[in-house]
Amino acid sequence: MFTGVMANTWLAATAVAVIAGVTGFFAVLRGSTFAAHAIPNGAFAGAAGASLLGLNPFVGLAAFSVAGALGIAGLSRRSRPDVATALTFVMMLGIGALFVSWSTEYAQEAYSLLFGEVFGVSAGEVLPILGLGAVSIVAIAVMFRPLMLSSALREVAAARGLNTRRLELAFLLIMALATSMTVPVVGALLMFSLMIGPAAAARSLTARPVLAMTLSVVIALVTVWIGIAASYQSNWPLGFFVGVIGAAFFLAGRAYAAARRRLAVRPA
Amino acid sequence: MHYVFEPGFFSSGPVHVALAVGTVIAITSAVVGVFTVTRGQSFAGHSLADIATTGGSGAFLIGVNQFWGYLAFGAGAAAFMEMIGIQRRRGRDVATGVVLGAALGLAALFLYLGTQYSSTTGASFSILFGSIFVITPSTVPALIASALLALATVVALARVLLLTSLSPDIAAARGVPVRAVGAAYLMALAVSVALSAVIIGAVLSTALLIGPAATALRLAKSPLKAVITAAGIGVVAIWLGIVLAYDSFYWPPAGRGWPVSFFVVTLIVGGYLVTYLRRDPRRAGQEQAGQEQSIDAEQACSPV
Repeated sequence: MFTGVMANTWLAATAVAVIAGVTGFFAVLRGSTFAAHAIPNGAFAGAAGASLLGLNPFVGLAAFSVAGALGIAGLSRRSRPDVATALTFVMMLGIGALFVSWSTEYAQEAYSLLFGEVFGVSAGEVLPILGLGAVSIVAIAVMFRPLMLSSALREVAAARGLNTRRLELAFLLIMALATSMTVPVVGALLMFSLMIGPAAAARSLTARPVLAMTLSVVIALVTVWIGIAASYQSNWPLGFFVGVIGAAFFLAGRAYAAARRRLAVRPA
Repeated sequence: MHYVFEPGFFSSGPVHVALAVGTVIAITSAVVGVFTVTRGQSFAGHSLADIATTGGSGAFLIGVNQFWGYLAFGAGAAAFMEMIGIQRRRGRDVATGVVLGAALGLAALFLYLGTQYSSTTGASFSILFGSIFVITPSTVPALIASALLALATVVALARVLLLTSLSPDIAAARGVPVRAVGAAYLMALAVSVALSAVIIGAVLSTALLIGPAATALRLAKSPLKAVITAAGIGVVAIWLGIVLAYDSFYWPPAGRGWPVSFFVVTLIVGGYLVTYLRRDPRRAGQEQAGQEQSIDAEQACSPV
C-alpha cells in the first residue's frame, strides 16, 4: 500500500490536500464556494480543446481556468457574484460540449478529468503538483493579511485603500492555478469536495484565522489519507470517500459548535 | 427560407418533441429562476441539477426509472440544504457546497458501480450534457405534470416569496412564516431543476434557470414584467438553439451537428452581456454596489 506507484499517490494526494486546505479556507470565508466548483469543472473544456488541437491538456486546463477566473471577476463588477459565476460556468461547459462533439474519442478522458486517476500518478506528475503547491501557498501567505481583512470586513478593507476587486481577482487566479495542475490527478469533483468540507468544518471549530486555516489543512489531510486507504482496500473510487468524509467532518464541526453554544449559554 | 430552416425541420418528429418540451422547460425555469436570482441562490440551483443527475445514475443502478431518481435526489438534497442553513445569507453557499460535495462523491461511486456491471463509458458525459433530441415521448406527460406542479407552487407563493426574498425582516414582522416559505420554494426549485436536468442536462438546466432571469431582472421594472421577459428570453433561446443545432448538421469540422447546449448557452450569455451596453440612469451612480435589484421591497409589497 505504500510502495511503488502508491508512493506517488500518497505524495500527490498530500500535496493536493495542503493546497485544497489553504485555498478552501479562503474560498469558504469569502463565499466563493460556487467559484471553487465552477473553475475546476469548467476547465475541463480547456482539456477537451487542447486534445482537439493536439496540445498538452495542462495548457488547455490552465488557459480555461484562468479565463474562468477572469470571467467571474469581470462579470462580478456589475452583476451579483453568484450570477456571474453561473453564467461564466455554463459558457465554459457549453464550449466544452462543442469541443467534445468535434472530437471522437473523448468520453473516457472526460470521465477521468471529472473523477481523477489518483492511483495512476507518475513521478513526472508529482513534481509539478509539489511546485505548484509551493507557489500557491507562498502567494496566499504573502496576501494573507489583506485577503483576511477583505474577506471578513470588506468595507473596512476598502476604506483602508485596499483594492478589493484586485484582491478577489488575485485569489481566483490562485485558485485557477491550483486547480489546473491538480484536476488531471485527483479530478475536478474531488478537488471541490476537498476544498469545501474540511474548511467549513474548521471554521465551525474555531474563529481564529491561523488556527482555522491550519485545522482546515489537517482535516483535509486526514480526509484524503483515510480516503486513499479505504479506496485501496475496497476498490471504490476515492472521490466517494473524500466527498462523504468531508461532509461528515462538516457535520461533526457543526454539532461541536452547537454544543459549545449551548454550554456557553448555560455554564454548568 | 432554406437558409434559416434546413429542409425537413418542420416534419421531423424529434424536433417537434424537442420544441414542445424545450418550451415547457424554458418557461418553468425562467419563472422559477427570477426568484432564484432574487434570492441569491444560483449556486443551489446549479447544485440541485448536478445532484439530481446523481440520483439518475443511482436509479439506473437499481433499475428504477431514472426520472424518479432525479426527483428523489433533488428533493432530498433540497431538504438537506434547508436543514444545514441555506436560509441564512451567511453560510448559504457553504451549506450548498457541502451537500454538493457529498452528492458528487456518491455520483463517483454510482458511476463506478455502474461501469462494473455494464459498459457505460459515455454515461457521465450524457448525464452532464443530456440530449434534447432523444427524449422518449412517453415521459412527456410526467414531465409536464411536474413542471406545472413547480410552476403552480411558485406562482401561488409569488407575493410572499418576493417579500421574504427582498426583506425577510419585514416579512417576519408581518407574520409570514419565512422559513416555511423558503423551504417550499426550495422544493419547487428542486423539482423544476431535476426535471430540466433529466431532459436537457445539468449545463443547459443551469443556463436556462439563471441566464434569462438575470437578464430580465436587469431590464424589467416590476416583478411581473421580469417573469414575462425571462420566460420570453428562455423560449427564444431554446427555439433558436434547436434551429441552429438542426442547421449545423453539415457544418465543419465533424459533420455531425453542433450541440444544442452550446448554442443555447451562447445565446443566453450573449443576451445577458448585451444588457451591459444599456446604462440605467437611475442606477448610474450606484454601480459600486454591483447588484441588480431593480425591484425593491416597496414594489414587492404593492399589488403586482
